[in-house]
Amino acid sequence: MWEYAPAPESRDIANLKPNYRMFVDGKFVEGTGEPLKTINPATEEVLAEVSTASASDVDNAVKAARRAYDRVWSKMPGSERAKYIYRIARQIQERARELAVLESLDNGKPIKESRDVDVPTAAAHFFYHAGWADKLSYAGYGPDPKPLGVAGQVIPWNFPLLMAAWKIAPALACGNTVVLKPAETTPLTALVLADIIQQCDLPPGVVNIIPGAGDVGATLVEHPDVNKVAFTGSTDVGKIIQRQLAGTNKKLTLELGGKAANIVFDDAPLDQAVEGIVNGIFFNQGHVCCAGSRLLVQESVADELLEKLQTRIQTLRVGDPLDKNTDVGAINSGEQLAKIKELTESGEAEGAQRWTSSCPLPDKGFFFAPTVFSNVSQAMRIAREEIFGPVLSVLTFRTPDEAVAKANNTPYGLSAGVWTEKGSRILWMAQRMRAGVVWSNTFNRFDPAAPFGGYQESGFGREGGRTGLEAYLDV
Amino acid sequence: MSDRVSVAKTYKLYIGGAFPRSESGRSYPVTDSKGGFLANAAQGSRKDARDAVAAARKAFPGWSGATAYNRGQVLYRVAEVLEGRREQFITEVAASEGVPVKKAQSLVDAAIDRWVWYAGWTDKIAAVLGSSNPVAGPYFSFSTPEPTGVVAVLAPQQSSLLGLVSVIAPVIASGNTCVVITSQDRPLPAITLSEVLATSDVPGGVVNIITGRTAEIAPWLASHGDVNALDLTGAPESLRADLERSAAGTVKRVLRDKAGEDFTVTPDMSRLRAYLETKTVWHPMGV
Repeated sequence: MWEYAPAPESRDIANLKPNYRMFVDGKFVEGTGEPLKTINPATEEVLAEVSTASASDVDNAVKAARRAYDRVWSKMPGSERAKYIYRIARQIQERARELAVLESLDNGKPIKESRDVDVPTAAAHFFYHAGWADKLSYAGYGPDPKPLGVAGQVIPWNFPLLMAAWKIAPALACGNTVVLKPAETTPLTALVLADIIQQCDLPPGVVNIIPGAGDVGATLVEHPDVNKVAFTGSTDVGKIIQRQLAGTNKKLTLELGGKAANIVFDDAPLDQAVEGIVNGIFFNQGHVCCAGSRLLVQESVADELLEKLQTRIQTLRVGDPLDKNTDVGAINSGEQLAKIKELTESGEAEGAQRWTSSCPLPDKGFFFAPTVFSNVSQAMRIAREEIFGPVLSVLTFRTPDEAVAKANNTPYGLSAGVWTEKGSRILWMAQRMRAGVVWSNTFNRFDPAAPFGGYQESGFGREGGRTGLEAYLDV
Repeated sequence: MSDRVSVAKTYKLYIGGAFPRSESGRSYPVTDSKGGFLANAAQGSRKDARDAVAAARKAFPGWSGATAYNRGQVLYRVAEVLEGRREQFITEVAASEGVPVKKAQSLVDAAIDRWVWYAGWTDKIAAVLGSSNPVAGPYFSFSTPEPTGVVAVLAPQQSSLLGLVSVIAPVIASGNTCVVITSQDRPLPAITLSEVLATSDVPGGVVNIITGRTAEIAPWLASHGDVNALDLTGAPESLRADLERSAAGTVKRVLRDKAGEDFTVTPDMSRLRAYLETKTVWHPMGV
């Protein structure tokens, strides 16, 4: 084993301020809701105080978005909208380091992930959608597809900046204006994005960002002058929103939970598969809706794979998110940590065999050591429920048909993985997976050009690609 | 007025990322619309054209192999750098085309925006023109557009910058490389544009620019064995049919320009499609 000296990224780069305010109508203003304190989940220290939106603030934000839509944004040629969105992409690239450090501080994810995935992908998302703004007539929705109006968007805490990008970029490209609510525990990078949007001289009101808890999100999606609701988060909340919007004309897209099967056949290159499995479940502490949380291994290679997997997982470094060598950072909140603990305890109680990495954990903060359950049956809660943490459940299968049946035995349907050397089998499996994304001999790949989204209770609508534009067009 | 004597620029060719003079040693005077002397431009030769084709071919694997996202960023960078030299181009376009400054401004602005338009296309062409093919059998079949290769472009004779950009950008957006013969009488903005390309992360050889007599150089490109496509936009009327016949020798794709193409109008996809091949891939499906 290599020993690594600490290699911490400087926290000063985050340019952290003691107070953050909401962004409405082109200005940073004090919200009249109860201010929230956002903490660093790796230390449990307060990072900053953030003002939140009251119901009247939500109303003001929607009004600002409506004004901007009616007076400016819906009338502007796509080619001009495009140049604003390109500016945002460039500014994210320019301030990438600041955003990455701030994201790791507020969210707890390892700096190497925020630096190499979250921030560059967010910039790419704006860059990609900027190009669509003046090409919508080529997207396959008719000669001159129209925007919807004001989009109310609610995003989760697992990829705070990236989810903001996934929501804002297509909305603006299609000509909508936006009111976005970042997650309660991770509001900071969205507010730096607001600063970027202000510096890019976007017309006031085109993008409004209002921090707060779930009640703010509920007020936003219920607002009568919102035309489009986009939500990423838990399936439970998604169902509530779908009920709330019943009987209205609001267009809805939902990107919800998942319980992805990652399927390894006996002919798969096992070392490569091990890397993919590790990436699939421990990337971002497993706080990924499309995480490969159910490993389905062909029986003949199960023991060998499990041994290799444990050896590999044992080398993962868990700890300071700002350390450039950290593989697994902090669990985002005490609440989430409690949920992970509760579900893992159920796994043990229901008779699955638990193995947990003996890696050292920091004394402070919310941490959970990488854990693998074997001898898992399909009826167990750890095989059915989304854990949203660094916990892998291992099941076995004998035939391809059994793998398909087990993989699809879930109300979710966001993603799946298939590991085999046989191309024909990859495509045969992909055809049978009831999932919106199928990764073959890889996992957790995201690109603005590739549509992402779920089947069944993982939600509906897609983000990214030509398909993703539909969510923000009146078509 | 200052007493300082200004430094006049030598306008040279742009081949393989470098700025050589013509190997022929020739140059020709370029005048403004009223006949006043502007500068000498290099008068490119057959050998220069061949060197340019070799440079374009050499650059093709890298450029066509770059991700579409990367090409988009590079094309957008061209717009950024062009915007930074907006004043210089306004002066040159006004002098070359004999248009008022205000008109020159709008032409230069449109040229900048044209790069932005095509920058946005790079990673969308496949999504719009590609397909997955529902074949009647246990096969996964898909078709993707791929760049044709080296394109010889005869740039428009009248529109010295906007027209030039409008014929180059769609060629390189999809991953082709090109050899461009500039407007014969209005070549100066093209050479200044090559300075922009050289400082915008466009790899050397992706765009090669030759000034000179179109009628002299074009036939050599039309018959060149390593050129895959030919854009006739700026071809002399009397040569068009001959050039097309020469192109048939290696089954080049030929773009006959639309008569009186208005470059101030936002283009459609036709110039992108002109330099694309469709590749269909079949793969069996089964356990």
